Amino acid sequence: MKRRRFRLSRVVVYALLIIFALAFLLPVYVLVTSAFKSFAEVQDLSKMWSLPSGLYLDAFKAAWSGIPEKGLRGLAQNLLNSIYLTIPATVLSAVLGSLNGYILAKWKFRGADVIFPLILFGIFIPYQSVLIPLTQTLAAIGLGGTIWGLILVHVVYGLPITTLIFRNYYAEIPTELIEAAGIDGAGLLGIYWHIMFRLSVPGFVVVIIWQFTNIWNEFLFAVSILQRPALQPITVALRNLAGSQIQEWNMIMAGTIIAALPTLLIYIIAGRFFIRGLLAGSVKG
Amino acid sequence: MKRMGRERWYGFLIVLPSIILLAVFVYGFIAWTVVVSTSEWDGVEPNYAWAGLENFRELFTSEGGTSAIRFSIDLWNTLFFTVLFLLICIAIGLLLAILLDQKIKAEGLFRTIYLFPMALSFVVTGVVWQWIFAPGTSTRLRGVNALLTMIGLDALRWKWYTSTAKVGPFHVALIPVIIAAAWQMIGYTMAMYLAGLRSIPDELREAARVDGASEFRIYRHIILPMLRPITLSALIFLGHISLKIFDLVYTMTGKGPGFATDVPGIFMFETTFQGNHYAQGAAISVVILLMVALVIVPYLVYSFRQEVEL
Repeated sequence: MKRRRFRLSRVVVYALLIIFALAFLLPVYVLVTSAFKSFAEVQDLSKMWSLPSGLYLDAFKAAWSGIPEKGLRGLAQNLLNSIYLTIPATVLSAVLGSLNGYILAKWKFRGADVIFPLILFGIFIPYQSVLIPLTQTLAAIGLGGTIWGLILVHVVYGLPITTLIFRNYYAEIPTELIEAAGIDGAGLLGIYWHIMFRLSVPGFVVVIIWQFTNIWNEFLFAVSILQRPALQPITVALRNLAGSQIQEWNMIMAGTIIAALPTLLIYIIAGRFFIRGLLAGSVKG
Repeated sequence: MKRMGRERWYGFLIVLPSIILLAVFVYGFIAWTVVVSTSEWDGVEPNYAWAGLENFRELFTSEGGTSAIRFSIDLWNTLFFTVLFLLICIAIGLLLAILLDQKIKAEGLFRTIYLFPMALSFVVTGVVWQWIFAPGTSTRLRGVNALLTMIGLDALRWKWYTSTAKVGPFHVALIPVIIAAAWQMIGYTMAMYLAGLRSIPDELREAARVDGASEFRIYRHIILPMLRPITLSALIFLGHISLKIFDLVYTMTGKGPGFATDVPGIFMFETTFQGNHYAQGAAISVVILLMVALVIVPYLVYSFRQEVEL
């Protein structure tokens, strides 16, 4: 006798997938349509959910260079600050994480198995619990309120995750390769440079995308360390703009798009690697 | 052999700077914060005079007055926020993963749509959802309220995150914030579950089908139990995010009317950097740290015991 099988009907599957997709895209709809509206149009709240009557770029211009007569700063400088901050911090934390991961995967020294979990705890700590000493220390070493100070912070607190991802990545590379090179007379750094580093490209892509996204999006360190508006990265500037009770919602939405675009583009172009970082950073950590 | 030992020593020297930096910036600073939390530091200038547990008493007992009231609301908010946020992320994430695993067309497109909020800053999420859930006034409706009126669901209109209504100790104003947080993080649980589903060999399902098991029973008795470790990881990961959450709530609603959407992270930030009550801020940080450690430390210990490849 043929049993009746419980099968999710295809129609139901697709219907659910589409409903959820629309729900996920709803904020994008509001974001994009509001950003392209004129100021008069965005003020008319009854039209909040309608399409813009034309493609007005005023909001983007205002978000980029500000509205001086209303005392509103543009985000152009803050976008640059985010770039100055994110690129060096990403590269440095990736390089250090790669070296650490290599040693911890292939040259375990005594005590490495104790130190590694202690390093990993750094991924999870609430940054509130280091914030007061951090701001005090940065001020004491002359880096208080500077982008360099924030770069140092992101490099240090990025180390645990970059070390973890690289350690897992290098653990997959056969140790025989290293032993063979060791017999050929290559030293620890020689092996890193001639073998490991050359095999690391996918690992670096994952780590760089992960760190870039996290540092670009970060808010708590930035808002606590950088008080001067001219130095703040775009997340802080955007929150200040949105929190200032202004009526120019089209400008805020345009600013949000500007702030979101870099990481969003990376996600769309290299989503595969982004997901790998996501899984590496949490499933096993 | 001797040479290898020397190389190992070099290896240690390479890792050493990172170890020192983390020892100072993580463990040293946590210890320092604990010291501040037991001090009388209340002003711009540091003051490390010993105050014992005074700062904690002010958070947890009635001698703290407004601070204690605020902190108790914060802890309730954290509890409700965490429970609901986890439930929604797990339930919808699992549902989406199962749906995506039905050999459907355009899987990549759907996956991209569900996961893209993960690439955004909590600040971006907060700004957008603040605009969506802004209630407006009864004559000038905004956001979701305007949408509900448009589709004839006036009855569902309410004040969203500006509401002060409570059900027991639960502030309903938290609901819009939870929705925003879930919108951002559901993609993560979905990706985790999908990876888990893909790692289950097809032969297992085939064998069960041959034995006459229905699809429902296959999910119920074979697949879902195999996903349990993933659920645990997801709960830990999302739980620790929710316990220390700050940027999303701070951007979207701030502390809210009557602390309706306040969380310890916001209290800590405001009292420390706007009120200069450093000792109190440190005490709140220590509480947040303890909550997170309670979740994370057993998990790390467990993972290492299991020799799970970390």
